[in-house]
Amino acid sequence: MAGIEQSKIRNFCIIAHIDHGKSTLADRIIEKTGLLTSREMQSQVLDNMELERERGITIKAQAVRIVYKAKDGEEYIFNLIDTPGHVDFNYEVSRSLAACDGAILVVDAAQGVEAQTLANVYLALDHDLDVMPVINKIDLPSAEPERVKEEIEDVIGIDAEEAPRISAKTGLNVEDVLEQIIRQIPAPQGDPNAPLQALIFDSVYDSYRGVIVFCRIKEGTIRKGTPILMMATGARAEVVEVGYFGAGQFIPCEELSAGMVGYITASLKNVKDTRVGDTVTNAEQPCSEPLPGYKKVNPMVYCGMYPADGAKYPDLRDALEKLQLNDAALQFEPETSVALGFGFRCGFLGLLHLEIIQERLEREYNLDLVTTAPSVIYKVHKTNGEVIQLTNPTNLPDPAEIEYMEEPLVKAEIMVTSEFIGAIMDLCQERRGIYQSMEYIEEKRAVLHYHLPLNEIIYDFFDALKSRSRGYASFDYELMGYERSELVKLDILINKEEVDALSFIVHSGTAYERGRKMCEKLKAEIPRQLFEIPIQAAIGSKIIARETVKALRKDVLAKCYGGDITRKKKLLEKQKEGKKRMRQVGNVEIPQKAFMSVLKLDDH
Amino acid sequence: MKELELYIHIPFCVRKCAYCDFLSASADADTVQKYVEALIREIQGYTQYGIPFGDKKMYQDYRVSTVFVGGGTPSLLFPDQIKAVFSALRKSFSVEEGAEITLELNPGTVTKEKLLAWREAGINRLSIGLQSTKDAELKMLGRIHDYRHFLHTWKLVRNAGIENVNVDLISAIPGQTLESWRETLRKTAELEPEHLSVYSLIIEEGTPFYERYRAADAAFPPLPDEETERQMYEETEKILQEYGYTRYEISNYAKCGYECRHNTGYWQRTQYLGLGLGASSLIGNTRFRHISALRAYLSQSGDVRGICEEEEVLSQKEEMEEFMFLGLRMMRGVRKSEFGRLFGIGMGAVYAEPLKRMKENGLLETEGDIVRLTKRGIDISNYVFEQFLLD
Repeated sequence: MAGIEQSKIRNFCIIAHIDHGKSTLADRIIEKTGLLTSREMQSQVLDNMELERERGITIKAQAVRIVYKAKDGEEYIFNLIDTPGHVDFNYEVSRSLAACDGAILVVDAAQGVEAQTLANVYLALDHDLDVMPVINKIDLPSAEPERVKEEIEDVIGIDAEEAPRISAKTGLNVEDVLEQIIRQIPAPQGDPNAPLQALIFDSVYDSYRGVIVFCRIKEGTIRKGTPILMMATGARAEVVEVGYFGAGQFIPCEELSAGMVGYITASLKNVKDTRVGDTVTNAEQPCSEPLPGYKKVNPMVYCGMYPADGAKYPDLRDALEKLQLNDAALQFEPETSVALGFGFRCGFLGLLHLEIIQERLEREYNLDLVTTAPSVIYKVHKTNGEVIQLTNPTNLPDPAEIEYMEEPLVKAEIMVTSEFIGAIMDLCQERRGIYQSMEYIEEKRAVLHYHLPLNEIIYDFFDALKSRSRGYASFDYELMGYERSELVKLDILINKEEVDALSFIVHSGTAYERGRKMCEKLKAEIPRQLFEIPIQAAIGSKIIARETVKALRKDVLAKCYGGDITRKKKLLEKQKEGKKRMRQVGNVEIPQKAFMSVLKLDDH
Repeated sequence: MKELELYIHIPFCVRKCAYCDFLSASADADTVQKYVEALIREIQGYTQYGIPFGDKKMYQDYRVSTVFVGGGTPSLLFPDQIKAVFSALRKSFSVEEGAEITLELNPGTVTKEKLLAWREAGINRLSIGLQSTKDAELKMLGRIHDYRHFLHTWKLVRNAGIENVNVDLISAIPGQTLESWRETLRKTAELEPEHLSVYSLIIEEGTPFYERYRAADAAFPPLPDEETERQMYEETEKILQEYGYTRYEISNYAKCGYECRHNTGYWQRTQYLGLGLGASSLIGNTRFRHISALRAYLSQSGDVRGICEEEEVLSQKEEMEEFMFLGLRMMRGVRKSEFGRLFGIGMGAVYAEPLKRMKENGLLETEGDIVRLTKRGIDISNYVFEQFLLD
């Protein structure tokens, strides 16, 4: 790689609202540059986790280096860094952006600017990136490129006159994008001879090579044998290999110098040593200052994860350890539940992160899990002056020992078409939102600003938002701090026995409503059994809601003759199999999914 | 000599009922004739190939203790057709003197000539699909007959001297009330059939009823509510007892000595061979069934091995499971000694835990060698049976 002039390098990312075509454009760019033939193209090259492709979102940052022969006859090196596409991973997005010099903003020609479009553009502008707009999906019958162009100019305030109007799906006008990258995205700067200063924007764990660190060299040069120091974590190592990102593979090279994007390996065994956002420097000639912006990301949402089959506890631990190798934001520690046995309290960046980990455990590690309702971190101020960070409702101290409690709040931006403003305001109100302001970004669309308690949005807020706006509302949020709040622990008693795994913390004003809905939901989830089962919701010793699952009265196969026997036996087996997926609490069998009931209480 | 039961399937009806999920359809006379010919080829095929999964050399050692002609509506067959089938049957199989030979019929499809032919063929038991004595309920079910048709058929049957007759009834029909159900039971019992099969309606997937009640179509009367349905169920045994019937299986009642031997065989795991389209068999420890595509059956029926599918060889574990969940359907229950004799291990050793728990829960009771369902156990017998599935 030596000998490549900085002026021939372009480091950029693509930002977009979910589903506006970010990954498709990335595929097309890679394809057009001739690095892959069409046949080799696996759809959406950059999203290489099975789960990512299925959900159509990027979870881990990805990078690829491609060579483009431009119309001016010169060859350029493009480093395309794909960013995670969800609010849960905002910090990772910000570090990916910091590794770039410019950003391509993809806007859907039919849908126009959405909440995440704005959030991402602001994030890019915060990092002094030049933003180059592209209007995608012009092949759609509902495409209105002219309107969207004006929207980009009015709402975001960037010039979109020359924005290429493309269809990433068909490949139409994608060359224009490539040519504009050369003209509009600035070449990197930095002194190859200065002390090493490299930004970590991601890392992956490889069982042969240890941690592979993805970085952008800001200053200096790094090569095999360079002694390195991670400035925030203090980890030290010696570089074993440096290289760049081919299509789906790592290609070693001599050195990486200022302006380049690539990877380093250094026999690092733990991703925790290589935190995203940290600065890599030369341990013997360190730079004077680390790069700005590093912060340790902490989980915001916690839940209990238990193996459905208690004997799989060690398997679950192994699987979590393996996932953690690649995901420093995932935290877990052992916990025990009376109802569910041995498991782990796990911490996540957000609900999507939680769902992704849960799905990966189930699919990639073949584990059958029981997951308890997610919880945020509450601050419990005790009368003795102690402050507890509460992640598991079961551990709430006796009310007599609590002075007061605080809960996390977020600043939320919701973009919605005018006809649904009322419905969305109702929703925010129900969820204890405090209205801040509203502005119209065009005639029929507005942005609502709310302060909302995080615990109101980790349940089913997103689903409720979509269903009450027929899918038209989009949403983005950031954590803003803690506020004192009247919170109570709601306990659920099944057959008069408290089921610890079903307890949750709720605002006192909504406790009755939630308790009632929770009992209704559990009544629907718990099948009839030999005896009548009362389901009660309680705050302390006070019962606030009750439902009853009636006793099983009839379960008979009326006919069982020669031709029925095989089929009837299968029915019995299926019935028995279903029971295996239940948890025995006292002498009541509770289906696994009942433990997530609290997530689905919105009935609109 | 090994005991063998024969089942003969006649998959034709005048019209399919709205709740029926059996293998049956309406057909023209030509198709029915072709089917009868194919059936006869199948019956002859056993002399050539032996019984599939049976011991070929021992073929002659099977003696047939019962025959059941079911459907569909077997009474649709012409007298000559029935005669031809039975003549072939008696050439291929050694049917015991005194075998129980049953034919299913629907009201309105019976004539004197047919009855005569049935007698000649050796048929000595008839099973009539009455379902209800209320015409509105019969209409609701999609039956072709009304109560008057039934009474006419009943007279013909009794006049022909058939002295072992079953009548089928259905409870929990949409729109049925507790009162109308009681009346159906009493009116039927007063005719003094020797046997009654009483089923609580099951809405089976793939039937017109299923579509109606899944979509909660308001054009149809609702199903009786749970409370009413349970009352109907409970009164059935009580009322029939008054008329001298004893419940001997979950859905079957008989005057003393008239329990259906053929069906009892299914619950005792007696070997049976199914003849005809889609018919099921248990031979040795293999369960299998015939193909259910009519066209294929018509052309291949002589190849008695080739028309078999879904063969399942039962392990000892599965045989134990079947012993329990089939045997417990009968009110007389299962015998521990019988279990021990068949499997060489005690029932208590295999099923200690579920036996104890089901007794504690009041679902099973024991009396000496016998284990049987309690009244509550009958109501939720599926729950009980499930406990006897082994891991």
